Amino acid sequence: MTIGLRPKSPLERLLGTNAWLVFFFFYAPIFTLVFFSFNDSNRVGIWGGLSTRWYREMFDNEQVWSAVTNSLLVALISTIVSTVIGTAVAIALDRYRFRGDRTLDGLLYLPIIIPDVTMAVMLLIFFARAFEIIGTIGPRFQLGLTSIILSHIAFNISFVAVVVRARLGQLDPRLEEAARDLYANGWQAFRRVTLPLIMPGVLGGALLALTISLDDVVVTAFVSGPGSTTLPVYVFGLVKRGVSPLINAISTVMLLASITLVLGSLAFQRGTGDSS
Amino acid sequence: MTIAVSLTGITKRFDDVVAVDDVSIDIADGEFFSLLGPSGCGKTTLLRMIAGLEFPTAGTIEIHGEVQGLRPPDKRPVNTVFQSYALFPHMSVTENIGFGLRMKKVSESEIKARVDEVIGLVQLTGMERRRPEQMSGGQQQRVALARALVNKPEVLLLDEPLGALDLKLRQAMQFELKELQQRVGITFVYVTHDQEEALTMSDRIAVMSSGKLLQVAAPEEMYERPANRFVASFIGETNFLRGEVAAPGRVRIEGGIEVGAHTESAPGTAVMLALRPEKMFLAPADADRSAFGPDDTLVDGEVLRKLYMGDHLFYEIRLVGGAVVKVWEQNAPRVLKHDPGAKVIVDWRSEAVTALED
Amino acid sequence: MADLADTTAIAHHERDALVESSRTGFLVASPAYIYLIVFFAIPFLIVIVYSFASRSPTGATRLENWNFDSYIKLFDTVVVQVVSRSVWIALVTTVICLVLAYPFAYYLATRDRRIRNVLLVLVMIPFWSNFLVRTYAWRFILSNEGPVGTAVEWMGFQLNVLFTPTAVIIGLVYGFLPFMILPLYAAIERLDWRLVEAARDLYADGWTAFRNVTLPLTKSDIIAGSLLVFVPSLGAYVTDTILGGAKTEVLGTFIVRQFQAARNWPFGSALSVVLMAVMLAAVLIRTRTGAREV
Repeated sequence: MTIGLRPKSPLERLLGTNAWLVFFFFYAPIFTLVFFSFNDSNRVGIWGGLSTRWYREMFDNEQVWSAVTNSLLVALISTIVSTVIGTAVAIALDRYRFRGDRTLDGLLYLPIIIPDVTMAVMLLIFFARAFEIIGTIGPRFQLGLTSIILSHIAFNISFVAVVVRARLGQLDPRLEEAARDLYANGWQAFRRVTLPLIMPGVLGGALLALTISLDDVVVTAFVSGPGSTTLPVYVFGLVKRGVSPLINAISTVMLLASITLVLGSLAFQRGTGDSS
Repeated sequence: MTIAVSLTGITKRFDDVVAVDDVSIDIADGEFFSLLGPSGCGKTTLLRMIAGLEFPTAGTIEIHGEVQGLRPPDKRPVNTVFQSYALFPHMSVTENIGFGLRMKKVSESEIKARVDEVIGLVQLTGMERRRPEQMSGGQQQRVALARALVNKPEVLLLDEPLGALDLKLRQAMQFELKELQQRVGITFVYVTHDQEEALTMSDRIAVMSSGKLLQVAAPEEMYERPANRFVASFIGETNFLRGEVAAPGRVRIEGGIEVGAHTESAPGTAVMLALRPEKMFLAPADADRSAFGPDDTLVDGEVLRKLYMGDHLFYEIRLVGGAVVKVWEQNAPRVLKHDPGAKVIVDWRSEAVTALED
Repeated sequence: MADLADTTAIAHHERDALVESSRTGFLVASPAYIYLIVFFAIPFLIVIVYSFASRSPTGATRLENWNFDSYIKLFDTVVVQVVSRSVWIALVTTVICLVLAYPFAYYLATRDRRIRNVLLVLVMIPFWSNFLVRTYAWRFILSNEGPVGTAVEWMGFQLNVLFTPTAVIIGLVYGFLPFMILPLYAAIERLDWRLVEAARDLYADGWTAFRNVTLPLTKSDIIAGSLLVFVPSLGAYVTDTILGGAKTEVLGTFIVRQFQAARNWPFGSALSVVLMAVMLAAVLIRTRTGAREV
């Protein structure tokens, strides 16, 4: 609602200026970063002309490719698993009452607000211990892609559940009753009415899980081992050593990927006539 | 006469709230039967129990003689038109309407034929591919109706289907629904809180309050002879006069005035007289009293208020003895009008009065 | 519960239906339940256990000689310094975010619908971008070798912002500002403006109406947004590693060091337990103020 503010009142102007300053604050660093990824010079701060050499160097870099592959693999698997489990638990909590549902509710909330350092520490100790114990009776496990995937699923279940539950909350309970009234049994009513209607929520949750998985640094860094680096962890390693145009190039590509995801999901939502 | 729905001793408890209290009704085949009452009286809960969306805590429900027991809604030969229509937003009109038939595994060709037929019946031709969000309230309501009717249920349950429509549309739909019911011949069980709606459409009405069944009767009988105070005041307007039976057919009200009344109670019984405003007439205080018959009760009074309501005049009269009553007089040339402060005679026939046990 | 003295089959059925549906619910929820217990609750408990363990001279963890040493160590001057620095940084970050976000969210929420959607997308894009990349952007800008640093040097000054608490705060504000904007935006958008209009009608001027109507009504969302910024800021690791330096060690980096260079897992666990306690306190505050689901 555009009420309450007289057009072009001094307050309005002030708010507007603040807003544009914030937008500038958001985008200026990003644009600078992207701009200087095309810098044809070894000296980071001095402009040497336009060039795509850093992108070429990035494409030729095996470590980068290996990191990208790992990231995608981890993201894909953890997203699928956490979406299925997260959707199931969202449905369970929304329409059933069972023993321990309050506890589950609280348990689901924790991974969302826990600082990643804490989570990283928790899982590191857990895997170290667990692998030790399993190692005495069976196969030797090591920190690697498995532990990364298992960790990502652990926090993504909650995020998917939150999104799906929000969507379930908007669903009219009478719709499933109407389906039952029209000779659909419980499962048919779910499959033909409820599921199609929460699908945008499920996909939204999956997208969120995908983004979080691709984004994760600390937890992944702690529970990964040699040869199982993901892209963010690789970049983190580079950044710790200093600034370089190569990092700018990799960052630009990552930004492009995020923007595509956001705009893609928006276009998809617009297509299904939905509002986030 | 076949009984379509038989409810015996139906009680429904939610924790410690009794939503429906020992209700027994027989609904005849082909009847337009209404459940009428204020919000929270249990009428919707009762309807949902017939549909199988809830189960009674006690009592039996039979549909055409078959005990329904614990059958889920998809196994009952009834369909419901929901108050909010509950149309599937992700399906078109034809898909919505054909849903039940599809669930019953009817052949696609037959589904198409029956859906087309019922679309014509509710006058929605041309809207087949629309989605619910693209339709007006009235159109959605008809889709909901069609979706239920196409299955040819033994009983059709309607939960305040016209509640969301504006006045003129609602009145038009009332006629349409009634006509539809008579044409199709299916038993309708209709829930509403609007007493005018119930009076207009029903063959019989059941009035409920706080879970209890108060009276079941045809509209005219319910209006003329309400069984208790609640029904009398819920349907139409009523004046209530407290009194005591003086002799058979005569009741003494406030101020020692004796009036004629329709009662068989013994003298001395406390009663509440129910008297409708449109059945009372006003005459000037100096009118010729011998012109009135033996059946007329005449009580002197004074006009407190007069309101012009367009088609009638609303008067508030203080009777001698203290009671205040409402009187409606038709706004017609031959009917005299009286101003506030005027002294009048209030006149009514004994048969217009119902005596209710207090 | 329904009166269990009822012996009709229907009452039994209701009770059975209730039990059956709770069994279904439990089954459907169990994968999540099991997973979270194994990979979250148990690790949580293990950390608590480890905080009472002892450390061998070489840095290995010994699950014997249970003690409170790690907790006593919490009161070391170094630790107190690190913790107070972290709390200070987190607080400043939260306040700056609040001050920037509220007017921004207000402006956004009062725009025309179409502009509003476009502006929202523009906010979402940084929000969904990789956190690391966004933090690196500031490393790049604040670096003495970067374009800004070089330009400043050319003018005769030194850009000595990097590796100071200021840099960390800038990075944290940059990273977490959307977390403050979104709940506030949702709250203001949800506001019933008729209440503000009623206040104006009753002789309140713009600022008074804001202070007495808008602000209190958005209070719970202010708290929600603040928690969303404060708690992660407290555990900031990536930001501090990239933008901070040896002199600005924060709780996050300090904890990580215990698990790497310092090799003192019990102590690191004790610190994590403290952080977890803060997190749980935040949850309690949030449920107490009845904020809506994030």
